[in-house]
Amino acid sequence: MADTKKNKKESPAKKVVKVEGVPQSFSPKKEEEKKQARIGVLICHCGTNIAGSIDIKALEEYTKTLPNVAFVDNYQYVCSTPGQKKITDAIAQHNLTGTVVAACSPRLHEPTFRTATKEGGLNPFRFEMANIREQNSWVHMHDGEGATEKAKDAVRIAVAKASLLEDLIPKSVLVEKAAMVVGAGVAGMQAALDLANAGIKTYLIETLPTIGGRMSQLDKTFPTLDCSQCILTPKMVDVGRAPNIELMTYTEVDAVEGYIGNFDVTLRKKASGVLSMAQAEAMGISGGGCNGCGDCEPVCPVIKPNDFEMGMKPRKAIYISHPQVVPLLYTIDFDSCVKCGLCVTVCGDKKAIDLEMKDEFVKVKVGTVVLALGFELFPIEKKEEWGYKRFENVITSLEFERLICASGPTGGHLVRPSDGKTPKKVAFILCAGSRDNTGIGKPYCSRFCCMYSLKHAHQIIEKIPGVQPYIFYMDIRSFGKMYEEFYYRIQDEGTKFIRGRVSHILEDPATKNLMVHSDDTLLDQPFRLEADLVVLATAVQPSVDTDRTRKLFGVSCSMDGWLLEAHPKLNPCGTTTAGVFLAGVCQGPKDIPDTVASAEGAASAASIPIHMGEVELEPYFAQCIEEKCAGCGMCVNLCPYKALALIEKEGRTVMEVTEAKCKGCGTCGGFCPGGAIWMQHFATPQIIGQIDAFLLGGAQ
Amino acid sequence: MAEEWKPKIMGIICNWCSYAGADLAGSARTQYPPDIRIIRVMCTGRVDPLFILKAFTDGADGVLVSGCHFGDCHYLEGNFKGAKRMFLVKSLLKNIGLEHKRLRMTFVSASEGAKWAKVVEDVVKTVHELGPSPIKELSK
Repeated sequence: MADTKKNKKESPAKKVVKVEGVPQSFSPKKEEEKKQARIGVLICHCGTNIAGSIDIKALEEYTKTLPNVAFVDNYQYVCSTPGQKKITDAIAQHNLTGTVVAACSPRLHEPTFRTATKEGGLNPFRFEMANIREQNSWVHMHDGEGATEKAKDAVRIAVAKASLLEDLIPKSVLVEKAAMVVGAGVAGMQAALDLANAGIKTYLIETLPTIGGRMSQLDKTFPTLDCSQCILTPKMVDVGRAPNIELMTYTEVDAVEGYIGNFDVTLRKKASGVLSMAQAEAMGISGGGCNGCGDCEPVCPVIKPNDFEMGMKPRKAIYISHPQVVPLLYTIDFDSCVKCGLCVTVCGDKKAIDLEMKDEFVKVKVGTVVLALGFELFPIEKKEEWGYKRFENVITSLEFERLICASGPTGGHLVRPSDGKTPKKVAFILCAGSRDNTGIGKPYCSRFCCMYSLKHAHQIIEKIPGVQPYIFYMDIRSFGKMYEEFYYRIQDEGTKFIRGRVSHILEDPATKNLMVHSDDTLLDQPFRLEADLVVLATAVQPSVDTDRTRKLFGVSCSMDGWLLEAHPKLNPCGTTTAGVFLAGVCQGPKDIPDTVASAEGAASAASIPIHMGEVELEPYFAQCIEEKCAGCGMCVNLCPYKALALIEKEGRTVMEVTEAKCKGCGTCGGFCPGGAIWMQHFATPQIIGQIDAFLLGGAQ
Repeated sequence: MAEEWKPKIMGIICNWCSYAGADLAGSARTQYPPDIRIIRVMCTGRVDPLFILKAFTDGADGVLVSGCHFGDCHYLEGNFKGAKRMFLVKSLLKNIGLEHKRLRMTFVSASEGAKWAKVVEDVVKTVHELGPSPIKELSK
């Protein structure tokens, strides 16, 4: 430890170390160069965003006193064209070696000012940013003095780093001309179709045996009342047919390696027990493989609930979840299969069934990835006061969709689960688990429940003569195109709206009718209703596999579990992992039009790097200072990307970095006991320089 | 006198979670005390124990290291490795007789702007309670 400290104090940057095979960018600066550091500083007012709390004049005067500062100026908006020109011009006029802009967050405008620095003739990595807005003026709005002091320190720290920065050359990598879409609901299908139509080979991965997702479970869509299946199945068929789409159903992402342009994804093809015709052909069974005839299903002795029908219809251990599945292939649920072999016998010469099938692992290489992981319903039984799973006649909205759907378990006849009778009084409870700050439900608005509940009310009025729907709501959020008009239409049709949150529901044990207790907040009086059926417009949450999958791709999530976009306004499809994009509800609740729009956006974003053909990686790689490396190999084990290895060189064991694998986290550099790892752009002398500048430096 | 003392607190925070969280606190205009100065690194795995010791020898009154939540690291597990080192540094601080509470590691995600403000408030409060670092006096 002590040794390390000494070494670093002597500032290892003073020595020029020649390392073979390492680009010009890696050679810590020479002594004379270092003395000549001339830094230009531009201070941004950002209108009153910064100038409102920070004394720009005092900051500018202070900056002039700092070592290495050759030029200081301020401007209203440095990110504007004239502002950027100030940087570009100053570099030539004042013979600068580095630039600093004190403005917003580097996460916002670092690329802008790097470009300006480059245009001025300097290496773009000789730019450093001082964040005096997001982490200063905006959070110390009422403490001008404290904010100004903090800004002085921030500028001093930035100048210290800028004085020590070196030229870096971004590494260009080729982009694999293939993309992957994970999740084949309407978002995933749309994204895959767009990518495929743009001429990109696309792998579409779906964990279930069929594509279609949640939308294929719906009966009608609001506000147009299109039949959901009718508009979706053509898309499903297109996906199945598109020559550029390789559809991989019943498949999960198992592992991900690599980076933008070169993701190596390992997929686990779950054993489905059934061979497709292509697979059978490949195995030499001519004319064999599953053709979807369905002969196997009747002979199977195992009965299980069908998840597609929300468990309201049985299926066998060998099954398709509904008649329109794509691909039309039966699947064996090996968790319940008893391997009696009856299906094998009845399948006969087609030899499509293999009861001994095992999971298979496949590796594919893609340039970019779109995540379309979808959603599931919040387990509404947790809100015990509404009695879901305790009372038979309390159902969720997705169960309602299946019951009202002509291809559903009841052939489209809405019935009470308790006795099969047609309900005459139906209560729809909105915000069931959404907008719920009790800690049990979800604090957010699930966004589409208002509209589909209006549609539900319309559907029962259309189908059941004499029915009376009641909608219990907090607010009706009908914000989309033609949505408000649809709301008026439902009001005119006779649906009763009660503005109030249902406190609890009780069941009459004899009739199984439900007493719904609420408040009518518009009349300011209690409201009680005896209903035949209660439909809970249940909150949505990220699908069960979202958390595991997002971690594989290094994507963050917000506090509620939805995946985090790169910028909520300006980059809603991107993520902080370059080359990974988000489509549909996995980023946050969306109705179908918004989902499709977001999928098209994600597909377009994902196609850009592929069409560009190559992308630049930020050159924050680790480099080995071989003179200091003792070859202990501790860094090799620390690297999560297997980017480091020990090699023999000139009779010594030293570490070597494979730049393409290094992502620049610096975990190796943070631990090297000999200080032999040079983290480009975050090198030890640069960080120590910042620490010293903060605590010791400046005209204090 | 005591009221006028402004602690010097250094924050080394990761680019992907805590720095983004701190930016979010900014966009949300969540107010917190201005007594911290931030150095950005790509990952808390980059934080060499040397940086923290250097800060204390330079006279810092407190150091905050903040990264992603476990399992959420942009680089898979850099924050684990960073956190492990913090235990090492804390035990070193104890050995030389410096209050280990002057060093704090926290986990603030990119969506936790409010938490970031709270963390800074907490750290500033702790350092105020501990008073100026004795190292500065000793090195005079």
